[in-house]
Amino acid sequence: MSYLRISSMTLAVAAAISLIGCGQKEEPKPAPAPAPVAAPVPPPKPEVTVRLGHVAPLTGPQAHLGKDNENGARMAIDELNAQGLEIGGAKVKFDLVAEDDQADPKQGTIVAQKLVDAKVNGVIGHLNSGTTIPASKIYFDAGIPQISGSATNPKYTQQGFTTAFRVMANDVQQGKVLGEFAAHQMGGKKIAIIDDRTAYGQGLADEFEKAILAAGGKIATREFTNDKATDFAAILTKIKSKKVDVVFYGGMDAQGGPMAKQMKSLGVKAKFLTGDGGCTPEFIKLAGEASEGQFCSLPGVPLDQMPGGKAFGDAFTAKYGQIQLYAPYVYDAVMVMVDSMKRANSVESAKFLPEIGKSDYQGVSAKVQFDDKGDLKGGAISMYQVKDGKWEYRETIGGSPAEMVKEAVKDAAAAVKDAAVATGEAAKDAVKGAAMEGAKAAADVAKGAADATKSAAEATKAAVEKK
Amino acid sequence: MDIFIQQIINGLILGSIYALVALGYTMVYGIMGLINFAHGEVVMIGAMVALSVIKLLENSGLPVFLLLLFGLAAAALVCMAVGFTIERIAYRPLRRAPRLAPLITAIGVSIVLQNLAMLIWGRNYHAFPPILPTTSMTIFGATITSLQVAIVLIAALMMIGLMILINRTRLGRAMRATSENPSIAQLMGVNINQIISFTFVIGSALAAVAGLMVSANYSIAHYYMGFMLGLKAFTAAVLGGIGNIAGAMLGGILLGLIESLGAGYIGDLTGGFLGSHYQDIFAFFVLIGVLVFRPSGLIGEKVSERA
Amino acid sequence: MMAQLPGLGQFRRDKSAAVIASIVMGIVLAALPFLIGSGLGNSWLRIVDFAMLYIMLALGLNIVVGFAGLLDLGYIAFYAVGAYLYALLASPQFGLHYPVWLIIPAGAALAGFFGALLGAPTLRLRGDYLAIVTLGFGEIVRIFLNNLNAPINITNGPQGISGIDPLHFGGVTLAKPISFLGFTIPSLHAYYYLFLGLALFIVFVTIRLENSRIGRAWVAIREDEIAAKACGINTRNIKLLAFTMGASFGGVAGGLFAGFQGFVSPESFNLMESIMVLCMVVLGGMGNIPGVILGGVMLTILPEIFRHGAGPVQLALFGKILLDPEALRMLLFGLALIVVMLYRPAGLWPSTTRRREFKGESTTDVLKEGE
Repeated sequence: MSYLRISSMTLAVAAAISLIGCGQKEEPKPAPAPAPVAAPVPPPKPEVTVRLGHVAPLTGPQAHLGKDNENGARMAIDELNAQGLEIGGAKVKFDLVAEDDQADPKQGTIVAQKLVDAKVNGVIGHLNSGTTIPASKIYFDAGIPQISGSATNPKYTQQGFTTAFRVMANDVQQGKVLGEFAAHQMGGKKIAIIDDRTAYGQGLADEFEKAILAAGGKIATREFTNDKATDFAAILTKIKSKKVDVVFYGGMDAQGGPMAKQMKSLGVKAKFLTGDGGCTPEFIKLAGEASEGQFCSLPGVPLDQMPGGKAFGDAFTAKYGQIQLYAPYVYDAVMVMVDSMKRANSVESAKFLPEIGKSDYQGVSAKVQFDDKGDLKGGAISMYQVKDGKWEYRETIGGSPAEMVKEAVKDAAAAVKDAAVATGEAAKDAVKGAAMEGAKAAADVAKGAADATKSAAEATKAAVEKK
Repeated sequence: MDIFIQQIINGLILGSIYALVALGYTMVYGIMGLINFAHGEVVMIGAMVALSVIKLLENSGLPVFLLLLFGLAAAALVCMAVGFTIERIAYRPLRRAPRLAPLITAIGVSIVLQNLAMLIWGRNYHAFPPILPTTSMTIFGATITSLQVAIVLIAALMMIGLMILINRTRLGRAMRATSENPSIAQLMGVNINQIISFTFVIGSALAAVAGLMVSANYSIAHYYMGFMLGLKAFTAAVLGGIGNIAGAMLGGILLGLIESLGAGYIGDLTGGFLGSHYQDIFAFFVLIGVLVFRPSGLIGEKVSERA
Repeated sequence: MMAQLPGLGQFRRDKSAAVIASIVMGIVLAALPFLIGSGLGNSWLRIVDFAMLYIMLALGLNIVVGFAGLLDLGYIAFYAVGAYLYALLASPQFGLHYPVWLIIPAGAALAGFFGALLGAPTLRLRGDYLAIVTLGFGEIVRIFLNNLNAPINITNGPQGISGIDPLHFGGVTLAKPISFLGFTIPSLHAYYYLFLGLALFIVFVTIRLENSRIGRAWVAIREDEIAAKACGINTRNIKLLAFTMGASFGGVAGGLFAGFQGFVSPESFNLMESIMVLCMVVLGGMGNIPGVILGGVMLTILPEIFRHGAGPVQLALFGKILLDPEALRMLLFGLALIVVMLYRPAGLWPSTTRRREFKGESTTDVLKEGE
C-alpha cells in the first residue's frame, strides 16, 4: 500500500480537515447549487443533451460482465432522466453511447477515439484494465473525464492522467485485505494460490501473496490456469498433496465456480477464497453445493447496508435480472460524474473535471472520494461467505472514513503509543484544523468533528480488535 | 503415489474429452482433407441444447437416465442439422476451390455460430442442472466420479464404433473409397456427396455427445466454450495423426496426460522455476517434438511428398 | 515515394497512364487523412492507421502463405516480438529509451530471427501439420510473454507494459500535433503518414522480391517442392528465407503498434489475431499484392462499418433495435467471410496466374474432381 507511505503528517491532517470539510458540504446538498447559477449564467438553453460514453466487451468471453456494466450505466441514466435535472440553467437529458471493445486493447483505442469524435461529455469504463489503460491516454488528450467501475490495475491511475478515476478498490487494496483475512480470520497457515494469468487475476494474487507473507503465512504452492479453462483437476491434485488450509483464486466466477466444485470432488479439504471476480451468484450456481462455506470479497459495503442500495438492487433485478458483478460500481460511476456536473454547474468536460476529484458521493457500493491519483480513497472491502446457497455478508474491513482517520491518528500521534489517547488528540487536531479553515457553520464543524471522533474511535476499536 | 495415480486419472478424463472432440475433426479430415474449424462450435451447440432440454425437463420427474437421453437426443438432432447445413453451405461449393478457401469459411461459420448462440442463450454462463450423483469412488487412493468413468468408457466405445463403421460396413467402405480418391469412388458408383454429408452428420452427432459430456462434467456451458476445446482437440488430432481414428484417440489421451502431468509436476521438476502456467507450452513442445521426428503424427499415414 | 506505385502491376500497360494513375493515387493517399479526419472523424483515421499496420502484417504473411505456400497460424508472434522489443527498449520498464530508428530495425531483425527459429524445425512438415506447429509456436510466444514476470520480471506479465514512448524522431514526437512551416499536422495524421510510408516501403520490397529469383523460387516451392528441388533450388534456405522475411515485416508492424498504442499486453497477440491476418491474405487474394492490401483494408474496416451501422440501420428500418447490435455486428462479419469466399474462392483480387489455375485444373489435392 504505497499511498500509506506517501501520506506524511501534513497530508494526514489535511485529510482530516478535508473530511470535515466534506462533512460540511454534504449536509446542505441543495445549497451550493443555486449560488453559482446566479454568477456565470450560461445562455439559457431549453434542453441540452449530455452524452456519456460507456465501453465494455459486449461480445467474446466476457460479454456477460460487459452487458452487466452497461445495464448499470443505463439504469443510472434512466433514473437521472426521470429526475429531470437542471444543470447550468438548462434542462439536461442524458444519452448513453454504449460501445463494445471486445476486451481487445486495439479495439479499446478505436472505440475511445470514436467517443472522442462523438464529443461525449464523459466516459464510463472500460471494463478491463487492458483496454482502459491505452484508452485513458486518448481521453486524457481530449480532456474527457473517465471513471471506470471495474478496471483494477493500479497502473491505470498511476500514469499521471488527470482525467482517470475509478470507483473501485484497486488490486493492491483488495489483495492486501484478502491476504490479511486469509491469514487471520480464516486461520490459514499453509496457503495455495491460483491465478488465471490475466492482468486482474495475477495482480490480485500477487498482492495477496505479499500480504500473506507479511502476515507470516506460508505459500505452499502457487498454481496457474487461464481464463478459458474448465479443468483444474491437475493443479488441484497437486494442491491436495501439499495439504493446505486455504486455496485462494485470483480470477473470475466462470473458473472459480467449477474450481470449487472440482476441489470438492477431488477431496481437497481446504477453504476456498476468491476476490470480487468470483463474488457473484454465478459462482454459487456453477459450484453447486461445493460453494457452501466458501469466501469472497467485494470492494465497498454490501448493497443492503448502503442508503439506497437495496432499492437499487431491487430495481436493477426487476429490470435486467440478477446483478452479475460490477453494475453497482458502474451505476455509481455515472452518478459521481453527474454529481460533479451538478457541483460545477456545467456539463462541459473541462468545467466539471476538477470537481470529480473533489467528489464526496454516497454511492450504492461505497462512499466515493478520490485520492490525488484518482483512486478510491480508503477502499472498504467487504467479506462474504456462502450460507445456504447465498452469499452472506460477514464483515467490512477498512472503509473510507474510518481508514482515513486511522491514518491521521497514526501520523499525528506517532510518538503516542496509546491508541485511545491518540484518538482524542487527533479529534482535537481535527477540530482545530476545521476552525482554522474559517468554519462557516459552527454547528456543522462540531458535527463533523463529532463524526471524525466517532470514526476514529471505531478505527481504534477495529485496530485493537485486530491486535 | 496416490497423487500420481490421481494425476493419471485426471489426464485420462481430460484426454477422453479431447479424444471425443478430436474424433469429429479427424473424421472430416480423413474424408475431405479439410480442417473443420467450426467443429468446436458444434460441440458448444450440442452442450447448449442438451443443457436447455435437461433444464426444461428437470422437474418433470423423469429418471436421470431418461433426462440425459432426451438431452442427448435433442442435442444430436440439432448438431446433425447444423453439421449438415455447414457442409452444404460453407464447404460443398468450395470443393474445387484453393485449399485455404474452406478454412476461411470455417472461421466465418465459427464466428456466426458463436454469435448466434450468444443471441439465443445469452451472454451468461449456464450451470448444468444438479441431477447427477456427486458421489465419487476411490481407486488406489485416487477419486473419480461415476460420470467420469462413463466419459472414459463412452469415448472408447465411440472410437470402437467408428472403427467398425469405417472398416466393417458398406458405408465405411464407401467412405474409405471417397477418402482415397473421390473421382474414382464416384465412377465405382459411390454417391460421394451423400457420403460427405453423412460424415459431417456423424461427426456432429459425436460433437453432441462430447458437448453433453463436457457440460455435465464441468457443470458449465457458455457460448464461447467451443473455441478452446476445438483448439485442444485439433492439436490432439494432429498429434495422433490427423485423419486416423485411433490416432485421434491416442492423441487426445496423450495430450490429456501431458497437460495433467505437466501441470502437476513441471514445478517440482524445474525446482519451481517453471510452473503450471507453462502447461500449454509443455504440450506444444511435445507436439513439435513429435512432429519433427514423425511429420505425420504418431500413427498417421505418411503424407505423400506431393502435398 | 509514390513512384513505386506503378509496380502494382495493374497500371503497367501504358507508361503515361501509369504516371497519371500514380500521381492521382499519391494525391489521394496524401489527402486521405484530411478527408477522413474532417469528413468522418478521427476514429476512422485511427482505423485507417490500424489498417496500415494490418497491411504490413498481411504482406508479411503473404510471403509465407501466398508466395511460398506455407500455412502459418502463428504469425502474430512476430508482431508480438516487434511490439515487445519496442516496449522494452523504450519505456520505463527498464528505464531504457532508445531512439525509434534503432528499435524498429532491431525489431525487424529479432522477429526475422524468430522466423528462422520457427522455420528450422518445421522444414519437413507440410500443410496442416505445419499449421498446427506454427499455431503452437504463436501460443508459446504469447504464453512466455504472459508469464515472464517471475522469477525475473522481464515482460511485466499479464499487466502489460504501459507508458511506452510514443514514436518520435529526435525531438519531434508523433503523439502531439506537429508544427511544420506554420502548418500543423495532428497526431493521428502524422502516424498515418509514417505508417503509409513504411507500408509503401514494404509494398515496394515485396514487389521487388516477387519478381526476383527468390520470389520465383518461392512460387516454385509452392507449386511443387520436389520439382523445385530438382531444378537446383535450395529449398531449405529458400523456405527459411520466406519465414524470416515474412516475420521481419511483422516485427516492424509490431514496433509501430507499440509506439502507437503506448501500451502492450499479451492479450493483443492471441490466436484470433493470427487467424484474422490469415483471413486478410486469403480473402484478399493469396499471392497477389494488391489483393492482400485490399484484404487488409477490408477486414479492418468492415467490422467498424458494422459497428457504426448495426444499431442505426435497425432503428431506421424497424424503428427499434430487434437484434443486439454487437452480436449482429460479429454475425455479419462471419457471414461476410463466408459469402466472399463462396463467390470469390480465390480471393477478392486473385493473382492472374492463380485465376488461371483456378479456371483450369484445380489445385485442391484431395477432391480434385469433387463433383
